[in-house]
Amino acid sequence: MNDMLIKAEGVSKRFCRSLKKSLWYGTQDLCSEIAGRRHGGHGQLREDEFWALQDVGFELRRGECLGLIGRNGAGKTTLLRLLNGLIRPDRGRIEIRGRVGALIALGAGFNPILTGRENIHVNASVLGLSRHEIDRKLDGIIDFSEIGDFIDTPVQNYSSGMQLRLGFAVASALEPDVLLLDEVLAVGDAGFRTKCFKRIGEVLQNAAVIFVSHSEAQVSRICDSTLLLESGVAKHHGSTSDGLRLYRESQQGPAPPPRIVADASVSALELHHVPESMPWGGMLEIELAVKISRPIMLGLIFVHFSRDGEYQANAEVRLESGGAMQLGDGNHILTFSVGPVHLGRGRYQVSVSIFDASGKTTIFQALDIASVDVVGPATGGVPHLVPIAFQVRQDVASPVRTRLTLDT
Amino acid sequence: MNQQNPLPVTIYTPESAIANPGRMLRDMVHDLRMSRELSWRLAVRDISAQYRQAMLGFLWALVLPVANTAVWVFLSASGILAVGATELPYPVFVLIGTMLWAIFMEAVTAPMQGVSAARDMLAKINFPREAIVIAGIYQVLFNAAIKLAILLVVLFIFGIAPDWRIVLVPFGVASLILAGTAIGLFLTPIGLLYTDIGKGLPILMQFLMYLTPVVYPLRGEGRLSTLLLLNPLTPLIETTRAWLTGGTPQWLLYFLATNVLAIVVLLAVWIVYRLAMPIIIERMSS
Repeated sequence: MNDMLIKAEGVSKRFCRSLKKSLWYGTQDLCSEIAGRRHGGHGQLREDEFWALQDVGFELRRGECLGLIGRNGAGKTTLLRLLNGLIRPDRGRIEIRGRVGALIALGAGFNPILTGRENIHVNASVLGLSRHEIDRKLDGIIDFSEIGDFIDTPVQNYSSGMQLRLGFAVASALEPDVLLLDEVLAVGDAGFRTKCFKRIGEVLQNAAVIFVSHSEAQVSRICDSTLLLESGVAKHHGSTSDGLRLYRESQQGPAPPPRIVADASVSALELHHVPESMPWGGMLEIELAVKISRPIMLGLIFVHFSRDGEYQANAEVRLESGGAMQLGDGNHILTFSVGPVHLGRGRYQVSVSIFDASGKTTIFQALDIASVDVVGPATGGVPHLVPIAFQVRQDVASPVRTRLTLDT
Repeated sequence: MNQQNPLPVTIYTPESAIANPGRMLRDMVHDLRMSRELSWRLAVRDISAQYRQAMLGFLWALVLPVANTAVWVFLSASGILAVGATELPYPVFVLIGTMLWAIFMEAVTAPMQGVSAARDMLAKINFPREAIVIAGIYQVLFNAAIKLAILLVVLFIFGIAPDWRIVLVPFGVASLILAGTAIGLFLTPIGLLYTDIGKGLPILMQFLMYLTPVVYPLRGEGRLSTLLLLNPLTPLIETTRAWLTGGTPQWLLYFLATNVLAIVVLLAVWIVYRLAMPIIIERMSS
């Protein structure tokens, strides 16, 4: 069963930026095609053209799953369309063995006026199932789609979820040797999605699968290897964890500059110590030196973790009335022990905010003052609360150097 | 299990398929066989959807030819136009002419319409592209059958008795559809890239209609009749009309020659269509 099903070598595809030229090039290509010349000439670019895909190659056996990752416009869809035989490469060669199924265009060819049952026949036929196979699988498809009695109602009366379920039920009834999957899983309600994953899992074992997704968790669960595309070029082809790490890095711009907002009582602030990376479930120690010019009462302390500008988790300390902490003039070292931090792997920005006992007056907010890499498993980014311990000590020895940039 | 039934291998390269004619022909035959079921499904889908949403249903197939006939009968009867004597009663002559022409026209527009309507599917799913064209032909055939049935009723009402040659009428209709499909499929690839074709086609077809004995008879001599005779559609219309009405077709050899030509052209444009589809799909969606 360990046979090679997909073999792609040096696959390249060029696209054109201008519509007018694109149509004209299309006409030219058509003429040269009829004249029996190579598609795409000798692989040079014409005016306004660019390589949407350049020298991509890989091999895939039955039972293997290749994750295709990259930003929008990196060439993932183009590669899928080439593999599906919808468009032809300008250079290189693709060899595919067996039946190709694509969970890409769910419900393509559905006619809204016809009933669900009629549309199953048409859609399955378009996807390449024979009448025999359709008759055999019809009940299974209807069951899977959970459409029930609506199956004999025109599809235009279906909710979008129902149409999607029907589309998936038909498309997944195909038993392909090669399966192309394009993020269709991000749709439908949770219950149905689980079913979809189960069905896909069954197909995975008997097919060579190409999976396009932006979800790290899905890719790292399903894929044996990944291909990272960047502007049409394969940046990485190999282990999934490396691919995802490179993808993450390529996605990260420079860390946002720290922003510090403080009231008049704080005259200087400096970050002493934050590690660059930490393990999943580890403790994060933050040391912050502040110079106080007027005595303050600490009431509420927050430490936030954010990623791409979105809060992922926070830790908070409430010094209840009576427990509120007074800081006198001079330098203080604030130490935060945050954790265990159960954030999914990735780079996070850390912010510290301190309010007075009423929680209404800001003493200072130090936003994005540090960034830390969490190393560990990929998990969903569900915001959660992290435990924290906090202490303050008077620090006379080391002066606080950083001048505050006060945002007002 | 794989030993018994080796997996089909598909190879995509930049080489033009025409450079390897043997494989191309094999692929063409294979795809044609694969299209049989699918094209039938698509045709059934389109026909039933079309009639399910229309109250007049099948009658729509008649509206245009009947309206056309009415105009010409009016023009001729009021003496604005002198069409000249026809062997058949003029309304019957015109009705048959416009009905046959309508069948031809439908065949011309079907491929481009079909491919245009299936854009989405074509851009996302790989299925034999022939299926769209064949489905279009099925629809044209279906509509032609309705038209023929109506024509037979009209002939009966006018007391025109066809002879045994009425069994040849389907061949006449088939050759009209054959010629129409050849022309339509020829225009499809470029018509999909540039909308000019779709816009210019009706005008061109209107012009072509007046160069074919549809609403007036072919007369013995004169420049017009030479022109009409140069038009390979003339024998198709004339012969089919003769078969329908018990007349003797004059241009049987010409009729056959047109058919041979149409078959050759259709094969050629089929190849072009196959070569063109990936290029067009690439340009349609980008």
